[in-house]
Amino acid sequence: MKTLKETNVGETVVVTKLNGAGAVAKRIMDMGVTKGVEIYVRKVAPLGDPIEICLRGYELSIRKKDAELIEVE
Amino acid sequence: MGITIALAGNPNSGKTTLFNSLTGSSQRVGNWPGVTVEKKEGKLKGHKDVTIQDLPGIYSLSPYTLEEVVTRRYLANERPDAIINIIDGTNLERNLYLTTQILELGIPTIIAVNMIDVVQKNGDSFNLANLEDALGAEVLEISALKGIGINELITRSIELVNQARPKEISSVFEGTVEHAIAHIEESLESVLSSKPLRWYAIKVFERDEKVLEELGLEETLSSHLEEHIRFCEEEYQDRAESIITDQRYLYISKLVKTVMKKNVDRMEASWSDRIDRVITNRILALPIFALVMFFIYYISISTVGGYATDWANDTFFGELVAGNLNDWFEATSVAPWLSGLIVEGIIGGVGAVMGFVPQMFILFLLLSIFEEIGYMARVAFIMDRIFRKFGLSGKSFIPMLISSGCGVPGIMACRTIENERDRRMTIMTTTFVPCGAKMPIVALLAGALFGGSGLIATSAYFIGVGSVIVSGIILKKTRPFAGEAAPFVMELPAYHIPSPSNVLRATWERGWSFIKRAGTIILISAIVLWFLQAFGVENGSLQMVEDNNTSLLAAIGVLIAPVFAPLGFGDWKATVATFTGLIAKENVVGTFGVLYGVAEVAEDGVEIWANLAASFTPLAAFSFLVFNLLCAPCFAAIGAIRREMSSGKWTWAAIGYQTGYAYVIALIVYQLGLVFSGNPFGVGSAVAILLLGLMMFMLFRKSKYNEYEKPLKVKGEWTNA
Repeated sequence: MKTLKETNVGETVVVTKLNGAGAVAKRIMDMGVTKGVEIYVRKVAPLGDPIEICLRGYELSIRKKDAELIEVE
Repeated sequence: MGITIALAGNPNSGKTTLFNSLTGSSQRVGNWPGVTVEKKEGKLKGHKDVTIQDLPGIYSLSPYTLEEVVTRRYLANERPDAIINIIDGTNLERNLYLTTQILELGIPTIIAVNMIDVVQKNGDSFNLANLEDALGAEVLEISALKGIGINELITRSIELVNQARPKEISSVFEGTVEHAIAHIEESLESVLSSKPLRWYAIKVFERDEKVLEELGLEETLSSHLEEHIRFCEEEYQDRAESIITDQRYLYISKLVKTVMKKNVDRMEASWSDRIDRVITNRILALPIFALVMFFIYYISISTVGGYATDWANDTFFGELVAGNLNDWFEATSVAPWLSGLIVEGIIGGVGAVMGFVPQMFILFLLLSIFEEIGYMARVAFIMDRIFRKFGLSGKSFIPMLISSGCGVPGIMACRTIENERDRRMTIMTTTFVPCGAKMPIVALLAGALFGGSGLIATSAYFIGVGSVIVSGIILKKTRPFAGEAAPFVMELPAYHIPSPSNVLRATWERGWSFIKRAGTIILISAIVLWFLQAFGVENGSLQMVEDNNTSLLAAIGVLIAPVFAPLGFGDWKATVATFTGLIAKENVVGTFGVLYGVAEVAEDGVEIWANLAASFTPLAAFSFLVFNLLCAPCFAAIGAIRREMSSGKWTWAAIGYQTGYAYVIALIVYQLGLVFSGNPFGVGSAVAILLLGLMMFMLFRKSKYNEYEKPLKVKGEWTNA
């Protein structure tokens, strides 16, 4: 099982599942990270965290700790 | 009765620009009740009876951020006459997510697709008729920046208010979910009377705590509805809330495919992407960041801003206002207490603070420009890793940097931090960084007792920065700062060319709000302190005293001095100097001068070095320095804290924490210093070790609070308006 955290820069993946509950999960989903959405991992911040992802035609920054909640393939 | 139109939309959708062009100069800025979220409203241009209510930029109507709660409460309970929903045409998919939720409120809504000029330049186009049909609301294309379609938007939104009913709300959900929601609607119909049925039904389906609390459904009904929700959850193998979000986005993706014609020929990356590739590049990002920060610091603190402050302080307030008033008072022989109060008390005190205003405007101008460009979001992206370890945000870097010049604009610069918890924490810790006005104190003590060693100044910076880190880690684990309701997911908006009118307006709003809010507290404290300093009991009656040694302040100093005895400076002169440091930190030097009977002292107080060397040991002097570096900042900074916290309680908490922390650190330094320099181990040393141990415990203990556990609390909970 692979999560968004382990996805390499430059890869495009599809979200299969979102772990976590309540505010965390909802907030991530509100930003458009839902099942079946394509995510392109654009880059990692200069200090190694957070990462920048591209989805639904816009850019989002997300911490690796939160990216770990997102299962992808 | 006038009508109210609310303006809602995502952050970075151009909402501020649209609000500015709809309302012109008739804006009123305040706060939403109970929270520090900014509230702006204004009159619609050419329509005095129409109020435009600007709502916070949000992505969703969930109850998880302050901005969302404020918006929800306003829309659902106060129900404006109409809503203008502005959406970014270059980012239709995510923007429509909020739109579908707004439409469920059943308030007449007009949708303004913004940045249509950029969309057209990209070669994309929309089928507006299809979009209108699907959403059941009128859609207009506008460009807030270029002024395209604004007039039509104004006319159409006024017509909208006068229309009888909004159109039927189109259904976003499918299958069992739609069935369950329809069922909930039926059950709620009698309970809700005039409230928006669809909105409440969906919220009940999502098990939204705030709505359930508000409705207070009967046990039998709620368990019956719960069955329906469970049934859906089992079918979709997901939580109700997630099912709703999923289906919304599914509906929107399908909808966007049918209404948007993408230019498939356009393959090359946009210029915004190309800029970003350089600016947040793994290798170049940090040097560019350092360069930008240096530029901001250089302009606002070292050069232009510095000159402006010097001019305002020395020339404007010093010579022009105070000098001329003094001459005039002398010529007209005004009572000496009155001229003293006005010239020394009010103009001296308030002037010392207002002198920073020009500098602040310059700083705010630069910050607004970088914010408009979109660089601030990148700053957070680049620095997040370091700062979140101390419970701060990547954006805390700018306030800290500015505070090394002056804490007042530093605190005001916290405005760019969206997260309330991070903002409060930054405000509380940023004045630990030694500001320019603390440097004369350092110079005085270094010169008097340490042979002018540069190590003292260096240690001042280490103590300051160290205190920020230590406080961040300690506070992060305490209840008020523990956990955060939402994870750090932040949009990185496309780069924009800043619009001059937006930049100027933002600069003015920030500067003016400082003058207005901070001014009062500064004025009062300046008057009180002046009175204590200038009056004393002589020959049995209260009167103005020439000699500061007999002033009320000196009497208070004698009274309070024992408190500082454990820190090594129980001398009342040191106490009084600390107090006058509240007006402006550099006053500490001048006060020592007056108390030692030297009329005029240089900035580093070279004239009184011998006096200080006689009454302080080097250790006591260092402890005095530590205390003065870390304790409550000057009144100007306290005023700024009051302004930015928007809460008396939080202001006191900040000052109390800073002073308490300063006391503990100075005590540890002095008492342990005594032991190390060969003095016997006493009660003081035991207390110091105990405090040190306690601090270590607070630093290294595991936080009791799970990062994500704490629910969002908002004063004046969700009530039926």
